[in-house]
Formats: sequence, C-alpha cells, structure tokens
Amino acid sequence: MNPLAKIGLAIIALLILIALLAPVFISKEKVTAQDLSKSLQKPTLEHPMGRDENGRDVLARIAYGARISMRVAVIVVLISALIGTIIGSISGYYGGWIDGIISSYLFNVFLSFPGILLAIAMVAFLGPSITNLIIALCIIGWVGFARLMRGQVLKVREYDFVTAARALGGSDWRIVFKHILPNSIQPLIVQASLGMAGAVLSEASLSFLGLGVPEPVPSWGKMLDDGRQHLFNAPHMVIFPGLMIMITVLAFNFLGDGLREWLDPKQRRQS
Amino acid sequence: MRNFILDATKRLLLAVPVILTVVTLVSLLIHLVPGDPVRLALGEQISPEEYQRAYRKLNLDKPLWEQSVLYWQGVLRGDLGENLLTGRSVAEQIFSRYPATIELTIASLCVAILIAIPLGVTSATHRRSILDYIASVVALLGISLPNFALGPLLMLIFAVWFSLLPVSGYGSLEHLVLPAITLGAALSAILTRMVRSSVLEELNEDYVRTARAKGLSERRVIYKHVLKNGLIPVVTILGLQFGILLAGAVITETVFNWPGIGRLLVVDGIQNRDIRLVQGCVLAISVTYIFVNMLTDIVYRLLDPRIKLS
Repeated sequence: MNPLAKIGLAIIALLILIALLAPVFISKEKVTAQDLSKSLQKPTLEHPMGRDENGRDVLARIAYGARISMRVAVIVVLISALIGTIIGSISGYYGGWIDGIISSYLFNVFLSFPGILLAIAMVAFLGPSITNLIIALCIIGWVGFARLMRGQVLKVREYDFVTAARALGGSDWRIVFKHILPNSIQPLIVQASLGMAGAVLSEASLSFLGLGVPEPVPSWGKMLDDGRQHLFNAPHMVIFPGLMIMITVLAFNFLGDGLREWLDPKQRRQS
Repeated sequence: MRNFILDATKRLLLAVPVILTVVTLVSLLIHLVPGDPVRLALGEQISPEEYQRAYRKLNLDKPLWEQSVLYWQGVLRGDLGENLLTGRSVAEQIFSRYPATIELTIASLCVAILIAIPLGVTSATHRRSILDYIASVVALLGISLPNFALGPLLMLIFAVWFSLLPVSGYGSLEHLVLPAITLGAALSAILTRMVRSSVLEELNEDYVRTARAKGLSERRVIYKHVLKNGLIPVVTILGLQFGILLAGAVITETVFNWPGIGRLLVVDGIQNRDIRLVQGCVLAISVTYIFVNMLTDIVYRLLDPRIKLS
C-alpha cells in the first residue's frame, strides 16, 4: 500500500478511537456545560480549542462530534452498500427488462440529479433528525454501489467457474453469494472507503445548513455554522471543526485511492 | 452529421423520463412533512379561514394524482405557486436570483480551469518529481476541504487578517473572488487529476514522437498537440461537474450571502418554511443540472466523433 494510504488508515484508526473513547475521558456534561462569562474564550491550556459563544468547551464538542460523524457515516455506508449490492446484483445477474428498468431508468434518474440537493430537500421536508439525515443520505448513496455491483456481476457472470457452478445445478442465490459476490468484494471496499468520505462530508454539509443533528448534540458541520457568526473575534470556532472535517475526509480519500491502486495491479504499474 | 443529429435526439429523449420523474417527485415532496404542511408553513396561530384558504391553495383538498397533475400544469405554464403569506410569485423570485447563481458557477468553473490545466500538465510532464507529488496532495486537499469550511477560512485569511477582499456580499468583481475560489476549489482538484492522467496517456502516442522528431519545442508539443487531444475527456468531466457546482452553490451562496438560487432555497425557502419556494428552487436547480449534462454529452460527441451513444 502506498504511504498516503497508510497515513489515511492511521488517521481513521485514531478517529475511531476518539469516537469510542470520548465518553471515557470527557464527561457528557462537559459537552453541554455553558459558562456565558467565558463566551468565545481563546484557546488556553485548560481548553486547548477554546470555548464557543455559550462558553462550551470546543475540544469536548469536537470529540463528541467525531462520534456523530463516524456513526452516521458507518450506518449510511453499510445500508447503502447493502441496498446497492442487492439491487446491482439483481440488475446484472438477471439482465433483460429488470436490468432495463434498473440501469437505464433508475440509475439515470438518480445520477442526473444532484444528490446533495435531494438530501437537502428531503430533510427540509421531513424535519431535521439523525434518522432523517441517515435516510436521506442512504437514498442518494446506494446508486454508486449498485452501479459498481452491476458492472462486476456482468463481468464475473461470464467466467467459467460460474458456468460450471450453474452446470452443477447451483441456485441463483448460491451463485450470486458464493461465487459472484466474493469476486466483487474488492471494488466494493474501495467504494465503501470513498463513500465514507462522501458521507462525512454530506453529514457536515446538512448539519451546516441546520438540517442535521438537532441541538444540543454537537456536530462538526453545525459547529462551523455557529463559528461563522464570530469569524472576527473567535476564529478558533471555525478553524478546529473545519480542520477535523478536512482531515477525516482526506484520510478516507487517501485510503480509498490507495486501496484502489493496491488492489488493481494494472494501476500499480502505471503510476 | 446525420448520425450526430440522431445521437443528439436520442440523448434528448433520454432526458425526458428523468425530467418527468423529477417534477413528479418534487410535486409530492410536500407529503414528506410529518404532520400538517399548512401548520408548518403558517404556524399554529391562524384562523380556520386562513387555514382553509392555504389548504386549498396547496391543493391538499384534492387527491394525490391531481395534486401532481396540477403542479405539472403550473410548471408548464411557468407558474410555480406563490408564498402562502405574502403571495409573492415563486417563479419571479427564482428568475430574479438565477443570474447570480450562473455568474458564480461560471466564475468558479474559470477558476478551476485556470488552476487545473497548468498544474495537471506540469504534474504529468514532471512525473514522480516532488512537484508532481505536491500537486497530487494539493488536489486531494481540494477535494477534502468542503466549501462550507473553505469559505469561512478564506474569509478569515483574505478579508479579516489581510483585509484584501470584502467578507461577503454581491456587486463588484472583488465580491466574486472568494466565493468563486471556494466553489471552484474541489473542481480544480478533480480536474487537475484528470488533466494529469489524460496528458500522461497522450504522451505515449505516436504523434507526440513525430512532433518531437521534427524538432518542435517541448512547450509547443504539449500545448499545441497533446492538450488538444488530452482535453477531450476533461470536457465531459467539466460538464458533469458543472451540475455538481450548481449543488455546491447552495452552500457557497449561504456562506457568502450571495443572492442566488441556493441562498433563496436555504434562507427564504427552508428557514422560512416556504414550501412552494423550496419545491421551485429544487426544480430549477435539478432541471438546469439535467440540461447541462445533456448538452455536455452532445458537445462531447461533436468533439470526438469516435464516441457513439451507448
């Protein structure tokens, strides 16, 4: 694996640790504890990332924000991958009119529509909550997986071992799950890694627009939005959440790109 | 040429079911509201008469299919409904904000091209050099820094710390600079990688060797010969990304108080719970997106006759 991918992997491991261990080191009260007399306080030794307009500790909110970011991204990618894999496999395996409807109509509609706009519209009408956010992101997320899976199935389906399995009387389900899926798993992993980057970004975007997690749960996107009002006197409120989002997305992109290169020997030689 | 017209028509027809679906979905968006859409828009303190009036205005007294059909008829007439409180026409508001959005997206497209072509070409001609490495990291940074984080950071640096440019607003060229960079950054990153791989591929072609053999300067070989062919795939990406720019404009406009359709959607539509306005903005952005994608596809084919509609 290339060094950037390793760096990405290390950052992701660290983020997951932060998300898991945040409640152990930082009490939940600290995230919401207000101290208006210390509103917008600059970073100090005690509060390395400063305080926000309500005097809440930014570091604590960043750490708890990692929990939201990671949780939403993991759930969205898992559900999207599951739905996408099933729909893509059906489309590629059965072909014919089913494939016609799925690939030339459904894919077309979803791909010629700006995904994030659909998510914004949906959450705007459904009302902001974690569940609605996840639903909206899954609805725009599954298409990438489905399209990838369909392509994989179309390719793998023609291999001799699949023909052999069919000749031996293997059922459709068995062929798809035992033979086609294991041979398509690599590109799916790459897509999942890039999908995580996308999900973190989309969650932050929606939260930034006030369409994500409701108060008082901290989210990086919402923290950025809060900080925008105090750009002049408290830039730390924008800088830290902005950096966190960037580092997270970058790490998943590094990993995804690295994995793609690593798993595809043709690309490895080229670059 | 006949083939091209046939292809173009085919591509146009492909967009029809997409637009049909999008308009129908948008017309039914209102039913996603948990509870009562009228109360959501007008609040709890309204008289029963006001309630009934708004209820009928949103066609909620009609069956689902008729609501959709009525919305469709409105769209075809250019009537996207009006604000329930003020009676302002949605279509009028959208038309007055549309130019600002197009201005911003085109400016950021220019920013992206101006950054991506020199950076991508240098990266390809100096492959595996430190320059190439830096360019690829910069490109990944550009993709990873969301515009709602980049925007405030740029504001902080150029408007607050160095006071070079206005923080936000609309009007002069100076106002355009930061939003255009913010919106164009991600695209320039994607384009840089495209240009790099495309130029790398072209460099192996025979005509490059011929051009070099007849003694042309390397500069001339790259900019006169390689780029001409290398930019063809870049054009498609450009078109597809123009649509993504439109979606990104929603956030960038909110950050910079840019009076475009995105801000109309977020501030006037979503925050003021103006249902018809949200529908109208979503519709306007989506239809623009679909048309730009279609046009790109057609232009792409015109540029490279080898490509057939699949």
